[in-house]
Amino acid sequence: MSVSRQTIEELQSKARIIRRHIVEMIAEAGSGHPGGSLSSADIVTALYFHVMNVDPKNPKWPERDRLVLSKGHAAPVVYAALAEKGFFPKEELLKLRKTGAMLQGHPDMKATPGLDMTTGSLGQGLSAANGMALAAKLDNKDYRVYVIMGDGEIQEGQIWEAAMTAAHYKLDNLTAFVDHNGLQIDGPITKVMSPESIQEKFKAFGWNVIDIDGHDIQQILEAVEEAKTVKGKPTVIVSKTVKGKGVPFMENQVGWHGKAPTLDQAKEALEIL
Amino acid sequence: MTNMKSPRIAYGEALVELGEKNELVVALDADLAHATQTALFGERFKDRFFNLGIAEQNMMGVAAGLSLCGFIPFASTFAIFGAGRAFEQIRNSICYPKLNVKIAVTHGGVTVGEDGASHQAIEDISLMRSLPNMTVIVPCDAIETKKAVFAAADIEGPVYIRIARPVAPIITKEEDNFEIGKAKVLKEGKDVSIFATGLMVAKALEAAVTLGDRGIDATVINIHTIKPLDEDLILKEVAKTSKVITVEEHTILGGLGSAVAEVLVEKGMKAQMKRIGINDTFGQSGDPEQLLEHYGLSAQNIVKVAEEMVENLK
Repeated sequence: MSVSRQTIEELQSKARIIRRHIVEMIAEAGSGHPGGSLSSADIVTALYFHVMNVDPKNPKWPERDRLVLSKGHAAPVVYAALAEKGFFPKEELLKLRKTGAMLQGHPDMKATPGLDMTTGSLGQGLSAANGMALAAKLDNKDYRVYVIMGDGEIQEGQIWEAAMTAAHYKLDNLTAFVDHNGLQIDGPITKVMSPESIQEKFKAFGWNVIDIDGHDIQQILEAVEEAKTVKGKPTVIVSKTVKGKGVPFMENQVGWHGKAPTLDQAKEALEIL
Repeated sequence: MTNMKSPRIAYGEALVELGEKNELVVALDADLAHATQTALFGERFKDRFFNLGIAEQNMMGVAAGLSLCGFIPFASTFAIFGAGRAFEQIRNSICYPKLNVKIAVTHGGVTVGEDGASHQAIEDISLMRSLPNMTVIVPCDAIETKKAVFAAADIEGPVYIRIARPVAPIITKEEDNFEIGKAKVLKEGKDVSIFATGLMVAKALEAAVTLGDRGIDATVINIHTIKPLDEDLILKEVAKTSKVITVEEHTILGGLGSAVAEVLVEKGMKAQMKRIGINDTFGQSGDPEQLLEHYGLSAQNIVKVAEEMVENLK
């Protein structure tokens, strides 16, 4: 598949807008998870603005592709994408986490148009995605199901129950991303509880595994296209990313997992973005 | 001679019948399909049956995903592994988004028998009724189990159906009306109101016969739906007797007894009350009937409690 230089540049500039929203909305909320939202910004941008077949005017359209943000604490990245896509007004972004807001601290599909699943408690999203992918097979529909997991999240045992299931039922309409930024709340994933080798584990569970740079739009798009051609097994795209990507003082800093920038820090970040 | 049938066999048959009528119905199990009887559905509808292996947490999530695409999943395992092991998945992946998933579990209570305490869910009703959006049904016999399955499929949203394992007396009739949230008065009386759920309804009816012989006229009410609870009927019945006994094959903490007490206290209803259930202890291995007797879940004990209550008030 060849994607034009122009398309890549458009997506890169969209990802920059998404990152600006993330910083602004979390700063305004006064709490939230900037690190993991920024690390998955390029993946989410590529999915919503190039890959996924969705209709902002009809969020429940049965034929749509679906995204389950299993690492639900990165909600701001999906909220920003949904608002940019037109699922709801951008003004909602600045009400994130406020009492009565449409945008909950973690994704609530009943509250927010465009969300395909309620998540937040880690380890549960891949199972729901399995159910959606099974449903597509039962219904002979050709929509695809995407999931984004964290590399810390895959310490949850349920992920591996779900990984077994996806391979057992040959869910080749399911593509999972692991946002491999290497950090979790308590420190580096390899220090807290190493999930390595992530690639070898998924391979052993019967998955097709693709390794990419999770900030390279071209690589993201190529991996997604490759996944579509792989029959009889699910694909996981292990995406090497940088936590806090795009905001230099947040990059690779564990402390920015779940901390909001002050208004001054946000201003500094936005000047760079 | 009373007709006998295991509610779980009735569940398996009902699911197949429901599957014939509604092609959106799918069944999931976690390697207990021959015990929960979902295997019957699996044999009849191969494509619509998913065995997820010994992995209940994932099963609940898969059921959630299937429901999001329009299917009506019935997820089955033993009560302890459903309500217990997968509690948080039921909470966050099913009840919070109010998904149309039916959790039909078998082997509730101590009548699991010989397998012992690890397999005897005695706290599941309490756990499930604490969840917003959840409907909780505990059928009293095989016939009611079938009706509960069909009724659950008819409403939108999560439903927990707790189904008993052993062969048990059939005490309701095919033609009886069954409506979720509507309790049933099975026998009218004026001295004491016995509210029972699940297999304990039959025990309560048996007790009422003995009590009648001894001059105590008991009302027996089948609370097949623990949530939403039929508060109006409870208040109406208790107003007549001012004496309440609840009977459940479940811990007395948080189940039927607690639910009834909450209603009575909040409505300022003055009544004497006794809860019969498992008294804050675990079960054990043994013959189901002997275990019921051991934990006071027998007609004989209901009679004893009722007599004491009436005596004390004389």
